[in-house]
Amino acid sequence: MKILVALKRVADPANHNKVKIPASGDRIDTAGLEWQINPFDLYALETALRLTENGKNPKKREGEVVVLTIGPKETETNLRSALATGADRAIRIEAVDEELDGRLVAHALAKIVEEEKPDVVMMGKQVVDSETNMVGQVLAELLDWPMATFAATIQEQPDGLLVEREVDGGVAKVKVTLPAVVTVDLRIVSPTSVRSKHTEAGFKYPYEEVRFAPLPAIMQAKKKPLAIKNLSELTPDLKSTTRYVKYEAPPGRKAGIKVKDVQELVQKLATEAKVI
Amino acid sequence: MANVLVVAELTETGAVRKTTHNAIAFAQQAGGGFSILVLGDKASAAAQELTGFGAEKVFACEDASLGAYVAEHFAPTVAEVAKQGFRLVVATASSFGKDLLPRVAGRLDGAYAGDCASVTSNGGALTFKRPMFAGNAFGYCQMSTPIQLATCRQSEVDPAEPTGGSSPVESVAKVAPGAAASRIQHLGVATVKSERPELGEASVVVSGGRAIKEKFFDIMNPLADVLGAAIGASRAACDAGYAPGDYQVGQTGKIVAPSLYIAIGISGAIQHIAGMKGSKTIVAINKDAEAPIFQLADYGLVADLFQAVPELAQELAKHKAAKG
Repeated sequence: MKILVALKRVADPANHNKVKIPASGDRIDTAGLEWQINPFDLYALETALRLTENGKNPKKREGEVVVLTIGPKETETNLRSALATGADRAIRIEAVDEELDGRLVAHALAKIVEEEKPDVVMMGKQVVDSETNMVGQVLAELLDWPMATFAATIQEQPDGLLVEREVDGGVAKVKVTLPAVVTVDLRIVSPTSVRSKHTEAGFKYPYEEVRFAPLPAIMQAKKKPLAIKNLSELTPDLKSTTRYVKYEAPPGRKAGIKVKDVQELVQKLATEAKVI
Repeated sequence: MANVLVVAELTETGAVRKTTHNAIAFAQQAGGGFSILVLGDKASAAAQELTGFGAEKVFACEDASLGAYVAEHFAPTVAEVAKQGFRLVVATASSFGKDLLPRVAGRLDGAYAGDCASVTSNGGALTFKRPMFAGNAFGYCQMSTPIQLATCRQSEVDPAEPTGGSSPVESVAKVAPGAAASRIQHLGVATVKSERPELGEASVVVSGGRAIKEKFFDIMNPLADVLGAAIGASRAACDAGYAPGDYQVGQTGKIVAPSLYIAIGISGAIQHIAGMKGSKTIVAINKDAEAPIFQLADYGLVADLFQAVPELAQELAKHKAAKG
């Protein structure tokens, strides 16, 4: 199986409360926050690796994993770290972050899919900075491919993927015939969530979340192929159709009071907050 | 011709989900009149539930293949109806809306703004307000495609109330789907049956953290019972398997804004706070007095939750009895 994994860099999600919005409101200042791969996209990469290996022998790739990002040269650092965890090669589409929106990214990905012909395009269910959740769905429609969004478990079957999706109030089960687009949710990285046809039933990955790259792999990753494309060549006639006109900080919330015991809490809720 | 098309969301059994009422209110914010599109195997009956909200028309697309929601089957019809002169297509950012509307956007080559808090119209130009960076910023965006699409965050838009009147119902035929639809099979939805209100709609939510461990439901159920509350959980509690995945409150789970939110044994990670800081009154019970959750709680109680929560359930029951 050949899987194309789309990665986006985001400012350190653990420190999103440190973003600053200048008085002019013309931007969100993330200075001082380290660039990282969107956590959900890292989960997509882990999922792609699990689908292209026998879980008992994760060093040998049964298939191919190609990672892709759209952005300036610095994003190659993020691609190299993805290569170090096991991806085979990388593609960077040269673009300036500010000129992108989800629609444009989906069109650019569709062009890459035409060239690469992967069996699956995989990415996170949302990006945690701009909080968008659209590229996978738009891409699937542009390609006329089936999609499984918010995937919590995936099992490879002879003719496709069996996917359990996180939906409001429960879990929806679908089967997609390849090629298909898959976007992944949090629970996809549990030790038994993803099983390729090479991995035996009952196998449990010996870690939570995602694998780390050993040092030799980080060195080897420098030698793995990284191709560069230009957004203007892939989508010459398209421009972003989304424009942010203003940003603002949300109203702050002040800390309230500490109550001494349960009785006082109930009394405050009844007489002061009037919510019970 | 109305300006906005609202895509209705139905339950597994074909009734109108309350999220549809939030989407109607969002359409009303955009102004210029709206119509509603209902898709399902019992769409005509569901359409009758929506004739009292002031829509110009209620379109009903009834087809046996639309019994279960599958984007590949729904999107072509939504796009076709949207092309009848609508400028904006909306739904609530439930797992249904977030799955379907971007796919329709792809079909219409329209721009899409997801999870909006509100929309304003200025001389016909629409500006969408969106929470970003785990609720630490709001962005105001404008889109420039002829047809635009947006979902609204349920906790930010109060549901529309019926206004009376009787919108005409018009049936529309299902548009033949593309090749994608023949390559996806819907095998069913496993729903957790619950007597409790839905997490996204409850006026009281009690959420538990990982510290409660295997006692999660032993501790949470009596408190939720006495308050008529929905139960939520932190991501850590869900990841550890103490609570089901769809209980998760946070940036990456459900966003809630009830009148009363009680956080139990939850320290207050950024991504959890993003999912509940819009709540009217916040109570935190935690034995760590330094937990970040206390920085935004209206009422904080530093205590061992295993003692404090059962006691709280008892006291609330007494209060309820005294109140009659």
